[in-house]
Amino acid sequence: MTTPKRQLFTVTIYSENCVGLLSQVSSMFTRRCINIEDVTASASSVPDIHKLTLTTWADAPTMDKLVRQIEKRVDVIKVFLYTDDDIVYQEIALYKVDTSKLLAEQKLESIIRHHNARILEITPEYTVIEKSGHPWETEALLDRLRRYGIRQFVRSGRVCVTKSPVEYVDLYLEEQKLRQERFSSEQNPQ
Amino acid sequence: MSEKISGAEALIKALLAEGVDTIFGYPGGAILPVYDSLYDYTDRISHILTRHEQGAIHAAQGYARVSGRPGVVIVTSGPGAANVITGLSDAMMDSTPVVVISGQVGARYLGSDAFQETDVVAITQPITKWAVQVRRAEDIAGAVARAFYIASTGRPGPVVIDIAKDAQIGLTEESYRTVDFIRSYNPHPEIDDVLIAEAARIINNAERPLMLIGQGVTISGAEDAVTALAEKAGIPVGATLLGLSAMPSDHPLYKGMLGMHGNIGVNYNTNRADVIVAVGMRFDDRVTGNTDLYAPDAKIIHIDIDPSEFDKTVRSALAINGDARAAVEKLLVAVAPAGHKEWCDSFDTCNAVEASEVIRRELNPGTPKMTMGEVVSRISAAVPDNAVAVTDVGQNQMMSARYFKFRQRRGLITSGGLGTMGFGLPAAIGAKIGAPDRTVCLFCGDGGFQMTIQELGTIMQYGVAVKIVILNNNFLGNVRQWQNLFFNRRFSQTPMLNPDFKAIAAAYGIAADDVNNRSELDAAIDKMLACDGCYILNVNIDETDMVFPMTPVGKAVDYIMLSPDKVFTL
Repeated sequence: MTTPKRQLFTVTIYSENCVGLLSQVSSMFTRRCINIEDVTASASSVPDIHKLTLTTWADAPTMDKLVRQIEKRVDVIKVFLYTDDDIVYQEIALYKVDTSKLLAEQKLESIIRHHNARILEITPEYTVIEKSGHPWETEALLDRLRRYGIRQFVRSGRVCVTKSPVEYVDLYLEEQKLRQERFSSEQNPQ
Repeated sequence: MSEKISGAEALIKALLAEGVDTIFGYPGGAILPVYDSLYDYTDRISHILTRHEQGAIHAAQGYARVSGRPGVVIVTSGPGAANVITGLSDAMMDSTPVVVISGQVGARYLGSDAFQETDVVAITQPITKWAVQVRRAEDIAGAVARAFYIASTGRPGPVVIDIAKDAQIGLTEESYRTVDFIRSYNPHPEIDDVLIAEAARIINNAERPLMLIGQGVTISGAEDAVTALAEKAGIPVGATLLGLSAMPSDHPLYKGMLGMHGNIGVNYNTNRADVIVAVGMRFDDRVTGNTDLYAPDAKIIHIDIDPSEFDKTVRSALAINGDARAAVEKLLVAVAPAGHKEWCDSFDTCNAVEASEVIRRELNPGTPKMTMGEVVSRISAAVPDNAVAVTDVGQNQMMSARYFKFRQRRGLITSGGLGTMGFGLPAAIGAKIGAPDRTVCLFCGDGGFQMTIQELGTIMQYGVAVKIVILNNNFLGNVRQWQNLFFNRRFSQTPMLNPDFKAIAAAYGIAADDVNNRSELDAAIDKMLACDGCYILNVNIDETDMVFPMTPVGKAVDYIMLSPDKVFTL
């Protein structure tokens, strides 16, 4: 048998907002020895529903199984698996650079314009630059700034929205609401 | 406004509301308020004090498996909770509904490495269907309702409610309401009629169909539907270890057990079938052998309540998500009558080879020492039709599965997925308590018996009338078998020096007998079954006896060893 091809997947998980959810999800990856590249957790647009977005390198058959096993957890509402073609995605990065070196070369304006970045804070000591974009864009700016001395660098996990016109979570929640109504009418027939 | 009650009492009332009348447990510091409250309810709830928390959870599993109702366990924090880990893992693997309530240190001490604190929720999450911590008295009733709903619906499984001590002491109003809906959890998936029609079309066009039944058939109560489907569409049936007893062993279309030590007909013909209907089973590696070489000619129709089982180890042509009984009943209406006589007979041809090459030798070994198969077979013939066989793990388990004849549903309780040695004795206790009118017969080895031997104390205290058969070869027999076949007969750490089991039984006031000669066996079995109470039959077994047929790990399901040096061919 040929080994299935590994690729970068983005997994989005909608869940109840409960203690230990992240640990339940991450242990699913751990037991298959799959590394999580980055993770973002936050409230979703639906009240009381939490959203996790994470990326991982794996093969498609493994990810299909993993997604179903995550979805099986009682507190998990819905899990979606995407490749980069399916989504619009973004990460954010902050760069803290030595101000004196940065100003000495007088290239700051062109760097900021070229990389579509912005300056958040300037002190005599350091300057904080913010950049959002795709991972390689984050890295391109990092490379460009290295010569000025990177004091600190931090980047977020991925956030994404789908290119699909259909919002599947909303559909799912509507279905569940119907299921509940149907259930309670079966329990208490008028 | 109603009078306030303690969280501990709210817990007991919630258990009563869920219909609980039996609890297996062990008290300790962090669960003392619950035990104090339980003291007022001894007329309505019977508490079985096991001798170890592992015994409590295995007993609860036995109780759940024989009755179909969730088994309930109460333990204290720290070591008490840690001691139920094996049972939780076992129940998760074997889809057993168990509700474990563990005490926890006071909420203000959480995370401080307090005395007997352990992070129960974090430890148990990966091996339970659901685990929750409760820190306030008013949350107890809701957690219990949710726990019972989750444990017993869909694909059943174990749940844990970890209750901080101050939540047990705190006051709350009585407010129990059962749960029947959870937004993020749908245990009643709607069966797609289009898929049923397609499945029926595939079955109607089949020339060599085979049905594989698992524990899902028992859990959903699909036994009659499965038998009716087999009879209408002329489909021979094989059962997984946990699917045994869902169909009577003597039904003409029942062709045997699947898997590593199963019957030749169903294993060999798995790779000759053109359609496989898998009902409530999960294609465990012990069933499939090498999956690359599994059922190459078959379109697989997989029916399961748990969609994460689809395509997990074996790819199916059609996956039907739903309750096994509901799905099979729909299928039963949709299929056309058929016979497939020649195909059905081909199973018997294979099984005839097994009978002459393996079974005859096992039942009539011609050696002075007895074999496990002959002992199980004699006992099976002597027990009433309603008997429940409980096994430990190893050769005793495989021999029981192979040689016990199942005549009534829920007739076998065994640790399948996890293969937990030490499961047998406490599970048998729970099974007898869950089905007091049935004869419960435990088959165990000398190794597994001693892993939870302390539960003889539970048997003594509560007079649990379990028939215990120790298939004693003074060896860890199954490991010895693998060492014999695959490790050059180097019997590393498998011989056992055993105590005088009859003397141990006597110390617990339990009747017992040693059987050393075949000529004594029948009389000894009759004496055991005539005894009203618990009885231990210690039978001396030939340690060289091995379980065959056998499909070694990594081989195709139809590569079947009949003996160490003979492979099955037709």
